[in-house]
Amino acid sequence: MEAATATARHVSDSAPARAWTWLRRNALMIYAGIAVAYMLIPIAIVGLFSFEKGTAQGEYWSDAFGQTAVNDSMIMSLELAALTMVVATAIGTLMALALVRYEFFGRRATNLLIILPMATPEIVIGAALLSLFITYSFDLGFTTLFIAHVMFSISFVVVVVRSRLIGFDRSIEEAAADLGATPFATFRLVTLPLLAPGILAAALLAFALSLDDFVISNFNSGTAVTFPLYIFGASLRGIPVQVNVLATMLFAVTVIAIALVLWQQRRAEQMASVQPEQEV
Amino acid sequence: MSAAESGSSNGNPTVELRDVSKRFGDFTAVDDLSLAIGEGEFFTLLGPSGCGKTTTLRMVAGFEEATEGQVLIDGADVVGLPPYKRPTNTVFQSYALFPHLSVADNVAFGLRRKKVDKKEADRRVGEELERVGLAREANRRPSQLSGGMQQRVALARALVNFPKVLLLDEPLGALDLKLRKGLQVQLKGIQRDVGITFVYVTHDQEEALTMSDRIAVMNQGRIEQVADPEDVYDKPASSFVAGFIGVSNLMPGTVKTGGQAGEIELDSGVTVKAPTDGLSAGERCQAVVRPEKLSIGEGGRGHPSVEGLVESSLYLGTSTQLIVKLPDEVRMTVLVPNADEAERQQLPGGGAKVKLSWAPDHMHLVRESREHSTDDKEDAT
Repeated sequence: MEAATATARHVSDSAPARAWTWLRRNALMIYAGIAVAYMLIPIAIVGLFSFEKGTAQGEYWSDAFGQTAVNDSMIMSLELAALTMVVATAIGTLMALALVRYEFFGRRATNLLIILPMATPEIVIGAALLSLFITYSFDLGFTTLFIAHVMFSISFVVVVVRSRLIGFDRSIEEAAADLGATPFATFRLVTLPLLAPGILAAALLAFALSLDDFVISNFNSGTAVTFPLYIFGASLRGIPVQVNVLATMLFAVTVIAIALVLWQQRRAEQMASVQPEQEV
Repeated sequence: MSAAESGSSNGNPTVELRDVSKRFGDFTAVDDLSLAIGEGEFFTLLGPSGCGKTTTLRMVAGFEEATEGQVLIDGADVVGLPPYKRPTNTVFQSYALFPHLSVADNVAFGLRRKKVDKKEADRRVGEELERVGLAREANRRPSQLSGGMQQRVALARALVNFPKVLLLDEPLGALDLKLRKGLQVQLKGIQRDVGITFVYVTHDQEEALTMSDRIAVMNQGRIEQVADPEDVYDKPASSFVAGFIGVSNLMPGTVKTGGQAGEIELDSGVTVKAPTDGLSAGERCQAVVRPEKLSIGEGGRGHPSVEGLVESSLYLGTSTQLIVKLPDEVRMTVLVPNADEAERQQLPGGGAKVKLSWAPDHMHLVRESREHSTDDKEDAT
């Protein structure tokens, strides 16, 4: 680097040489800028479009909830995501506890199979669920969507919570028992608070996965219309600008949620660093 | 004050193990162990890793259940009782502090479980933090404290409950040497102060000798010897104890005549008069003489001596360490205090022929190590 700079200075008279030097110094920044832009431009465009001119600037933001169909689909998606989050997190957390803590028949197999729903193409899961629901003559609708969403979210919850459990110092729970805490009190006062960051991250992940799912939902929705399904349908005719407005709102909420998780995780890491260390 | 609360009034030992065994599958961690620990005693379980000392402690705490035998605390059988119903508290090797709670809340945890009155609990927590010198750290998180401080929080968290027995599982193991020495003294002082029975697990023989009232030396799930530190050091019951505590100076030999006025013939060819309690003629044994009790050259009248070659000489500051090889290839360590510089200059160097002598009552006979017999048993099965 220093050698390169020295050489560059040596011939710094010509304009092309100076440009080359500048490029060499800033290549990494330019590269990173392009990469970030590549990821963010589509989102930015949606935000930009939400301010599309109607009769007045920003009209669609003041009339964000003016389209009943958009609202209904959004409400259904949020309800579905919330319900999925609660149920999948509860089941997934307990599964992770069982898989890490207890020795039982089929544990290894379960540990392996739990990854399968994540690795299977969504289209396959969607089709498989549909044929299942038809075979057992379920009425397609909100319930089948809910079952499908919980099904594919659980794996993610298990994997996230499990990774947190594996690094868990069991002697902390022994200490609680030693100090007179019953198994339930130990779980409530020690295990749960220490797992909370992992569980929170898993819950947010389940929420996001459910909210944004299109492929599997498309198979199993029947007459129910979630936000992604609505957008897909509307895109054939022309998307109401309100969609862009709501999408931008959603994006803002997601960014805040992710920031919260990161903050929470950093706190958790500070907590986890309680290890015997040498005194200075 | 706490001694009165924790003390046993019925004359029973505070902790008693009767024929306790613990097996994990095929592995026997603790093998038919019996032990009685008195009230207010600082009792140490000492042994190499895997000797069963931690398992023994965990059976008293209730984290492990004995496969066979009885565990009694204050005369009451606690087998089958979960840890949260036992009158014991534990200081863990990893401290196991609750990372999400403040130091004060960590210490108050046990009292809150027992629904101790809030005011009373606050007072006791304050007192205990004062005792371990952490009153000013009450509102900090464990992660903000140094290792030594965390260790003291763990101690306060256990002591605040006035347990009948405090169990300590290598509590100083993770600390550096200098800090460990300081905490040893502090810990011993606290124990004397509160009068609670301490059961202390360690593999550090020096730590055990410094702190304990009595030491149980463990090997392969069994107790080799239970005695006070002086006896464990000066009168080891077996070659294992002799080898594990201090520097091992073991001279193998054979008993010639048994009895109080017995004689043994060392393998190096020297016959020594020694009381051979419990040993009979023809039996193999080993003679132990501690390095600081050996002297160079002909000793006083009636002092036995052996001849050997100096292999190495090492200056250690307060003393000089010589390694002397006897004719039967046994190596003896000799510590000569560096009291006089002129005297030190005259010490024999490497390759020199020397005589080692010792006062007769500084030699102690032990049976051949049991290690061999267990090895044989394993071969047979």
